This record gives sequence, C-alpha cells and structure tokens, in this order.
Amino acid sequence: MKFAVVVFPGSNCDHDAYHATRHVLGEEAVFVWHKDTSLVGADAVILPGGFAHGDYLRTGAVARFSPIMPAVRQFADAGGPVLGICNGFQVLLEAGLLPGAMLRNRSIRFQCEHVIVKVEHADTPFTSKCYPAQLLRIPIAHGEGNYYAEPKIIERLEANRQVIFRYAAASGSATLGANPNGSVHNIAGLCNEKRNVVGMMPHPERACELAVGSADGLLLLESAVQSVGQGNFVAAQ
Amino acid sequence: MRARVFVTLKPSVFDPQGTIVTDALHTLGYAAVHEVRQGKYFELDIDASSEKEAHRLASEAASKLLANPVIESYRVEVESGAAGPNP
Repeated sequence: MKFAVVVFPGSNCDHDAYHATRHVLGEEAVFVWHKDTSLVGADAVILPGGFAHGDYLRTGAVARFSPIMPAVRQFADAGGPVLGICNGFQVLLEAGLLPGAMLRNRSIRFQCEHVIVKVEHADTPFTSKCYPAQLLRIPIAHGEGNYYAEPKIIERLEANRQVIFRYAAASGSATLGANPNGSVHNIAGLCNEKRNVVGMMPHPERACELAVGSADGLLLLESAVQSVGQGNFVAAQ
Repeated sequence: MRARVFVTLKPSVFDPQGTIVTDALHTLGYAAVHEVRQGKYFELDIDASSEKEAHRLASEAASKLLANPVIESYRVEVESGAAGPNP
C-alpha cells in the first residue's frame, strides 16, 4: 500500500503523516510536491495539516489552484481514497471536493487540545476498522474549524450519512460544551457522496503512538490499508 | 484602471471577528455601534480597454478566488479615470 502525502508551501503536518504511515504503519509513503502533477501511482492520498500558502486570503483558497490538484481531483473522481486533515480538509472544501466552508472558530481562539471524536459511520475508507458511535481521542489544532454550510446542504449531508465524525462529550453525546469551534451539528469530519473523500479537522496522524498520548488515530490509517487491501475504494485506472 | 472589490460574509453567516470588534467598541464606550461585520477589501490595477472590461475581469477574479461563494458575497467598483501606473 502506497500513501502519497501532498506537500504545499506551509504544510507542517506532512512529516507527521509520513511518519505515521511509513514508520508506525510500515507502509510505503511518498511526499508529492504541490507543483508536481502526478500522484506517482499511490493507493491513497493525504492532504496534510498546516498553513498552505500562509493561509493568505482564506485557508486553502490558494492551495486549491496548485498544479497537483487536478490529479487529486481525478483520483477522487475515480474513487480513490483521499483524506484531508485540518488544512487539508480546508483545501478539499475550497476545491469543492467536499461541500461547505470554514469560518473562524466561534471562540476566536486557536484551539489546540485533545478532543473526543465520535465515529458516525464505518463505511468510508478511513473508518472501516472503527464501529459506529466509537469514541476516539484525537487532538485538534486550528483557528478556522467552524464548519458551515447552508441548512439545506446540512440536511442533505445528514440524510446521506455524510457526517463521519462529530465532537462529543465522554458520554458520546454531541453536546454544545464538547464543540470546540462552533461547527454546525458538531461536525468534525465528513465525506463526499461516493464516500471515498474524507475531510476532518482533528489530526489522526498525531495520535498514532501511545508515547504522544493516544494511538486512536492509527485506526483511520489502518482502515485505509484494509479498504485498499480488500479492493474497496480503489481508484479506477 | 483600478477596480475595488469588497468581500463580505453573507448576512446569514455568523461573523466571530465582527462580534469581537463590536464587543471591543462597546468596551470603549461606543454603545451606539450595535453591530460590526468584518470583510475584506482589494484594489486591483487592471490593464483594460474600458470600465466595463475592468469590471468584468474584477468580477471574474472575485468569483473565482477573492470570495468563497459558500459564505461570502462581493461587490465590484471601477474607479473612472484612474488609469496609468501606480504613483
């Protein structure tokens, strides 16, 4: 299994994603510079966290037009698994690969903390090894993670079971108090209609070893290996 | 030719920054200011043969890049007679 980690100028979780997939998981991983135009035959693509292009204008607004993005779009359209983490999620939103947009956190603070994330659905390439309502302890680190979409879009996301992760209390309830940024419906992550593209604000790649406080995030990357290995979510050639 | 592009959050979208600025103004005693909405302002110097053309180009740039239509709207103004290089 080969992961491609896209590197934008200003990405700063690219090495975390590489470390988690290559060293912790023991799979093949390659960096792909944003000016490249090929995903070099990868089985899954990770758009990592950070501050692509300094987050100037809007988060992800400039990265969306990077030369690598047509290849990412083509890979996504072909059914290949794509995971956008934090800034990578913001890039997917700006690129229109996922619906909605990010606003500044309601608190106006950069929220950097471990949160509890509830898995809503296990039928994506990044949650196949999870079970519905499973609670994961994963860190967040963002200033603009306040997910917004028009009410009719939110309705459709819920009806299509596209909300994959929600901020939750230890009880598993998606309470107001458990919501760190003001996201509508406590949304922490979602997928597209074909379910192969997943975006999430929490950082699973920073929670892959107990030495850093949690290894819950590893489940998501292991899910990708399982999904691709079983022939689910493989990009059509 | 110079075009000005004003990008603002749609009225239905909550503006956390504007809310904080409102609170700060209240702290300073400006009780009469009851709401602030924060936006972005761009000046585009454009090589265009007419105001109409400059307006069209600026609008295209705004819809493609300067504004995110999911949360923002924009307004374009073209400054008449403001031709030539920057001072």
